[in-house]
Amino acid sequence: MQSINYSEKIPNNVNLSEDRTLQRALEGWQPNFIDWWDDIGPDGSTQSDVYLRTAVSVDPQGWAQFGHVKMRDYRWGIFLNPAIEDRKIHFGDHLGENAWNEVPGEYRANLRRIIVTQGDTEPASVEQQRHLGLTAPSMYDLRNLYQINVEEGRHLWAMVYLLQKHFGRDGREEAQALLERRSGDENNPRILGAFNEATPDWLSFFMFTYFTDRDGKFQLCALSESAFDPLARTTKFMLTEEAHHMFVGESGISRILQRTCQVMNELKTDDAQKLRAAGVIDLPTLQRYLNFHFSVTIDLFGADESSNAATFYSSGLKGRYEEGKRNDDHQLRGQFYKVLEVREGRLVEKEVPMLNALNEVLRDDYIKDSIAGVGRWNKVIEKAGIPFQLTAPHKAFHRNIGALAGVKVSPDGRVVNDAEWHANVAHWLPTDQDRAFVGALMGRVVEPGKFANWIAPPAMGINRQAVDFEYIRFN
Amino acid sequence: MSETLRVDYQTNPLQYKHWTLSVDGPIATLAADFDENGGLRPGYKLKLNSYDLGVDIELNDAVNRIRFEHPEVRTVVLTSAKEKVFCSGANIFMLGVSSHAWKVNFCKFTNETRNGFEDSSKHDGLKFLAAVNGACAGGGYEVALACDEIILIDDRSSAVSLPEVPLLGVLPGTGGLTRVTDKRKVRHDLADIFCTSVEGVRGQRAKDWRLVDRIAKPAVFVDTVKQRALALAEKSDRQVNANAKGVALAPLNRTIEADALIYSNVRVDIDRAKRVATFTVKAPSAMIESDVAAIETASSNWYPFVLTRELDDAILSMRTNELEIGTWLWKTEGDAANVLAMDDVLLAQKDHWFVRATTGFLRRTLSRIDVSSRSLFALIEPGSCFAGTFLEFALACDRSYQLALPDDEAKAPKITVAEANFGLFPMATGQSRLQRRFYEEAPALEAVRAVAGKPLDADAAFAVGLITANPDDIDWADEVRIAIEERVAMSPDALTGMEANLRFNGRENMVTRVFGRLTAWQNWIFQRPNAVGEKGALKVYGKGDKAAFDWNRV
Ligand SMILES: [Fe+2]
Ligand SMILES: [Fe+2]
Repeated sequence: MQSINYSEKIPNNVNLSEDRTLQRALEGWQPNFIDWWDDIGPDGSTQSDVYLRTAVSVDPQGWAQFGHVKMRDYRWGIFLNPAIEDRKIHFGDHLGENAWNEVPGEYRANLRRIIVTQGDTEPASVEQQRHLGLTAPSMYDLRNLYQINVEEGRHLWAMVYLLQKHFGRDGREEAQALLERRSGDENNPRILGAFNEATPDWLSFFMFTYFTDRDGKFQLCALSESAFDPLARTTKFMLTEEAHHMFVGESGISRILQRTCQVMNELKTDDAQKLRAAGVIDLPTLQRYLNFHFSVTIDLFGADESSNAATFYSSGLKGRYEEGKRNDDHQLRGQFYKVLEVREGRLVEKEVPMLNALNEVLRDDYIKDSIAGVGRWNKVIEKAGIPFQLTAPHKAFHRNIGALAGVKVSPDGRVVNDAEWHANVAHWLPTDQDRAFVGALMGRVVEPGKFANWIAPPAMGINRQAVDFEYIRFN
Repeated sequence: MSETLRVDYQTNPLQYKHWTLSVDGPIATLAADFDENGGLRPGYKLKLNSYDLGVDIELNDAVNRIRFEHPEVRTVVLTSAKEKVFCSGANIFMLGVSSHAWKVNFCKFTNETRNGFEDSSKHDGLKFLAAVNGACAGGGYEVALACDEIILIDDRSSAVSLPEVPLLGVLPGTGGLTRVTDKRKVRHDLADIFCTSVEGVRGQRAKDWRLVDRIAKPAVFVDTVKQRALALAEKSDRQVNANAKGVALAPLNRTIEADALIYSNVRVDIDRAKRVATFTVKAPSAMIESDVAAIETASSNWYPFVLTRELDDAILSMRTNELEIGTWLWKTEGDAANVLAMDDVLLAQKDHWFVRATTGFLRRTLSRIDVSSRSLFALIEPGSCFAGTFLEFALACDRSYQLALPDDEAKAPKITVAEANFGLFPMATGQSRLQRRFYEEAPALEAVRAVAGKPLDADAAFAVGLITANPDDIDWADEVRIAIEERVAMSPDALTGMEANLRFNGRENMVTRVFGRLTAWQNWIFQRPNAVGEKGALKVYGKGDKAAFDWNRV
């Protein structure tokens, strides 16, 4: 057994240097992770020193240490939020019992599935985003992309930690399989649909980090309520990083809007063709991208009626968003929730047992949260004096999972016939031409302080550095 | 009926209420005279020689005493001391007030006792003769069916019958249907008439239909029985010296605690919260007596005999008294060399009546493990001795986990395959547990044969397929804990069915069919309203009510 200074190489607060199980598992897994990173991680990044934030502990000083590092030497660490003493299970059938520090055998298969599903999204997004570095609109944005990439890598570590620490041999095999699936690979795809979609351009990237990383946030929030304490603590800490990813998305879209509105005002036009000719992304195109990412992402919450969701909740594996702040019996038997279905050509609500509707409950919480950010984007447009509003589409629009899968619904929530759908889909979802235009707009701009024409600079830099700080040293 | 009182399988002739055992040279006679008021539980009377579990515990004890205390006996005659009635089967009122679990456990044990007759006849030369000197119904006929020969008194009234279907709406529970066909080869349409008739068949027709081997008029009945018993004894190869001394079934050295059964070589620790029991079997502390004189001197203290009695009692006790303890973990403790030395003695002295009887007892006890409706996991840990006979415990289990210690070869637990594993203890199927494990496939068995005698660490045992998993010291605790927790959370009914399916995976024979059909059909019928509903046949029996059936065929 080679001797490794674990706490130096792998920052952690899980007592890695004394945990033989984990050491041995990681000794097998870590080189494969590096191979994966070299193989499928950010394209063209190997030589660069990137100004990255590294978590070296969970306290306020430790979780955000900045410095220039090569990404493959990034110190991916393992962190759990500090334990709450005597934590009790606060929902489901085990309400009031002590939280579990070990996986109960009875729930092993379900817990493993939950962790593997979450863990699979982390490397998937790195794979989806691997070519974006070649078309970065600025050094600042490139650095943010890399920051997200290494943190998704760390999220993978977090899930792998749980698998290796608590699931024995099966867990080690699952940890290995997380490195073997590939986003978009026909034969060995990532588990969830949205994580097999391409992220071909930076508009998609910002939409993805705003919408899809927010899905991550809601899943992590629900898991941070788990009766399985290591899962709860791990996901709590991941949420601190997820917040930054959503910030990159929200501010990215804001800066695009800001730039588009600026050019609209300069040219005094809202004509999409003229604006495209001027090298900015017109607002209807932004709306179509929004429609796409919103709808694909809300599918990630799963079927609107789900016995798995009920089981996960009742057995204490996965709570609701902010479970602890809710005032009900936290068991939900005999309670009901409204889900949508199509009856006689119309969307109607139907009451179903709350426990079975918990995917829908989480989806609705997510929708509320993501619509708030759309409102903030509209403030940018409003400030520029442009009479246009972005809107989140109806939740029945463009769905592929659950009772609404395949139903043709307009963004404003009307069930439409095939003819109307086909006549309008080009207004509702990005077309090939839209994607080609956005793709053509992408060109690499990486001199410090310079920004591509289609996006405004940020108001301030990272970690109070200047906007033109040299975030990346290309060697 | 109250099932909370502990059932004790230990008894002795001084305590018998229901049977009289008498021995005359090579013939032992067990006369049934069931005490009406001697039921194990209140709420029913054992009229007309109808039996309950208590009666069968005595029968089991009596047959064991014949096996060990009376080596000169070669034929056991089962008969009745009551007028006009041989045995009328399981007591219906007892069944009517019993829980389903009780009935199933009761049937299992009675079956094992009947199978034990056939096992002793086949392997150990102890023959059984049913001297049916009166009405012989249901379970009464089934006990006769388990004998080598049935003689029915031809008195114009005594009949053999299986009235379960027409009278009670259930099936015969101790292999009656199966033995009528498989063993006695009664033509199926005649069997159909027989099994749907309440009064049964008597006299010459009983003989013509092959339901009995012989009929005898009352005047010659006793003589005929004696003559046939001697003839059977003649055929027996249970040969003993004229001066052979029996081995007493002395009281067990047993302590019963709230959560433990403690014997000299076996202990069972119960974890009620986890619903798990751990059986720990201890190897002999030294080489066991190996020459005939020493074995005879050791007598009832001879280790293999003591061990088997203790194991048998522990298994029976756990099955009956601890229904909720659904998972049994098997561990062993001690020096494997002493176990292997014991095996050598069992093989070298196999012709000695006591060694032979003990081996048979151990064979039947191991078979009890196979049919126990509990999840069985073997845990092979440091200090264990899963070698030879003791390896059978692991081979009988649904899964086995052997700890790998890659950094400590000396301490790593080993298992050893020995000659005893290749057929000394056949399962009910007639196969060794190794044959069962590998579906009798030659390459796998040869690979095991090739490592016989060598202590195998977890990786080596895993490589030849002798264990389920070989977690190392880092994985062990979690792997085992989770496997057990997962298991105990599953439906006990589904597990019982699944485990029986997987354990009896290859050949079928009469015995496996008896158990298989009992657990499938009888358990189903026992649960149905047509048997046990308000107006079910079993419930209304003897109350003057007519059963009301749901006529839908399922
Ligand atoms: Fe993530
Ligand atoms: Fe993220």
